Amino acid sequence: MSTYSYKDLILFGEGLKVYFSLARSLTEVLTFKKGRNVRAVDGVNIYLPRNKVTCLVGESGCGKTTLGRSIIGLIRPTEGRIYYKPSKELEELMEKEGVPKREDFYDITDVSGKIYKLLRRELQIVFQDPYGSLNPRMTVKEILEEPLIIHGIGESEDERLEMVIKALTDVKLTPPEEFLNLYPFQLSGGQRQRVNIARALILGAKVVVADEPVSMLDVSIRAEILKLMLDLKENRDLTYLFITHDLAVASIICDYINIMYLGKIVERGPTDEVIKNPKHPYTQALLVAVPQPDPKGRWVIKEVPIKGEVPSAINIPPGCRFHPRCLYAMDICQREEPPEYLVGKDHYSACWLHKEKK
Amino acid sequence: MPLLEVKGLKIYYFTLRGVVKAVDNVSFTLEKGESLAIVGESGSGKSTLGYGLIRLVPPPGRIVEGEIILDGTDLTKLPESRIRREIRWKRISMVFQGALNALNPVKRVGDQIVDAILAHESVTKKEALQRAMELLKAVGIDPRRVNNYPHEFSGGMKQRVVIAMALALNPDIVIADEPTTALDVVVQAQILNLLKKLKQERKMSIILITHDLSLVAELADKVVIMYGGKLVEIGSSDDIYTDPKHPYTKGLMASIPRLGGKKELYWIPGNPPDLRSPPPGCRFHPRCPYAMDICRVKEPPYYNIKDVSVACWLFEEKKSGG
Repeated sequence: MSTYSYKDLILFGEGLKVYFSLARSLTEVLTFKKGRNVRAVDGVNIYLPRNKVTCLVGESGCGKTTLGRSIIGLIRPTEGRIYYKPSKELEELMEKEGVPKREDFYDITDVSGKIYKLLRRELQIVFQDPYGSLNPRMTVKEILEEPLIIHGIGESEDERLEMVIKALTDVKLTPPEEFLNLYPFQLSGGQRQRVNIARALILGAKVVVADEPVSMLDVSIRAEILKLMLDLKENRDLTYLFITHDLAVASIICDYINIMYLGKIVERGPTDEVIKNPKHPYTQALLVAVPQPDPKGRWVIKEVPIKGEVPSAINIPPGCRFHPRCLYAMDICQREEPPEYLVGKDHYSACWLHKEKK
Repeated sequence: MPLLEVKGLKIYYFTLRGVVKAVDNVSFTLEKGESLAIVGESGSGKSTLGYGLIRLVPPPGRIVEGEIILDGTDLTKLPESRIRREIRWKRISMVFQGALNALNPVKRVGDQIVDAILAHESVTKKEALQRAMELLKAVGIDPRRVNNYPHEFSGGMKQRVVIAMALALNPDIVIADEPTTALDVVVQAQILNLLKKLKQERKMSIILITHDLSLVAELADKVVIMYGGKLVEIGSSDDIYTDPKHPYTKGLMASIPRLGGKKELYWIPGNPPDLRSPPPGCRFHPRCPYAMDICRVKEPPYYNIKDVSVACWLFEEKKSGG
């Protein structure tokens, strides 16, 4: 268990696994081969401290998006539990329905449809692609009004319109009246992402999973969207799980960082700790690989301390899953999966090297 | 004499909704063995400029004016047949954006490289295949994989194949349009190393087109900053990174997220211009914190400050003010 104090958390998941089963080929069926799985998330603990930005960093295919979606119930985990500390209102209802409890947290892994719908108001997501995540045939007003209608919020259309206008103002799409009747194609990438954020927040979200929200935006406007998200976090007591592949961005905006490799979190801790004092060989390699804005670098061939390529999530190597690529791999790494070692304050690394040092 | 000299190049798209001035009066030079980066946001005209250099601007786009002089020959004047036979791929080749989709999925990678060689040179298929294997080796792929199909390669390896294909005819210049956008950082670092080696060992000139200033610093000797179809600043990367002159360049530099740097967020307020109706005067003035009256009406000329050339009225002030 982590040293995170439970009282600081708003949501956490333990022992999470998400497997996607592959279709068996005819030969596999005839030879009675067992069906194979893509082990997208393969035994992960994740903790979201309240009102903080927690980052999930990893390469494409490491399972970061799947993990992000599973903790807010968009994908049902194959194994593991997700615990959440809901708002007062929802808490009463969960108490009445007898949802299993652990300290102040309710187990939201399996909940009734009624509670799930109410949870959805509090657990939201901002998708990566600002172009694909807005319906091109709906106006901004319709896009933002839809969740209100689905959740039966607002007595009349006028009341809902007021909420939509407020939501647009909150994400600084001003004057809001000018945006109401525009279609997504009439907006810039940055404006679209603001609409996405407004949509995530309009039902009063508490936890927001932001899945690469700025990676498709131009450099000069990325920071503007990030700043908006950070301001909203302060003003509305939001908690973020920020999914990104960009360590530089993560180092600037995150309080805590989780480094994910092939379905596992290999290192986690406070951002400055992890960036300045990385312990896991994979994190060290990632940090070396990040391009630096210093023109002297053009004379140097950079040796990234890693070998080979990412294996498929269908055939995860035994033992430590990083061992085939690790420059420090030992015998034990090929046989046994390393546990998480505490390597600093709240700083964990899952690597056998730390055992040696002890 | 420089290897490549671009003079007053204008490339416009003649769309039904108006003329888009995607590249508007751009000039620069490139020496042998030099790497140049063309940097800009989406819609700045950087890709159009890249395509223009190998005369591949898609219709309704057209080179309207200007010269592209390669070793004394103006490419804008040559007929398409000669460009195809003598210039494209042979002298200047390109690594296309989204290279992961640039390979033919139903053709072995070796055959795809062979095609490029056979189209230009009278060698036997066997010789061409031999060359293809050498090329794969040069980009760090096991030559025995010459008969594999693209789906058998990872993203980074596909990117290497595409680079190998660009090198097939040993060109003087390779244009790389966002060569690493879809790749992860570790693979990106490997591809950058590959490009650095090619530049050092083969004295190849590289034109890198990107929006990522961190990437640029890792490769480019010289940097061209584009904004709204205009070249706003050009200079050596040492000068541009240590002392950016144009307010846009300054803004871009400040908005690079730096690992372990200051935890501050900086951005350039506003949006890039619509090139169908760009703002009058300096195209950057609506977003510029230093905009003056003259910026709104008159386009700035280029001022040369040491080795940097910058299009901004601020430097007129400094000149007259002594």
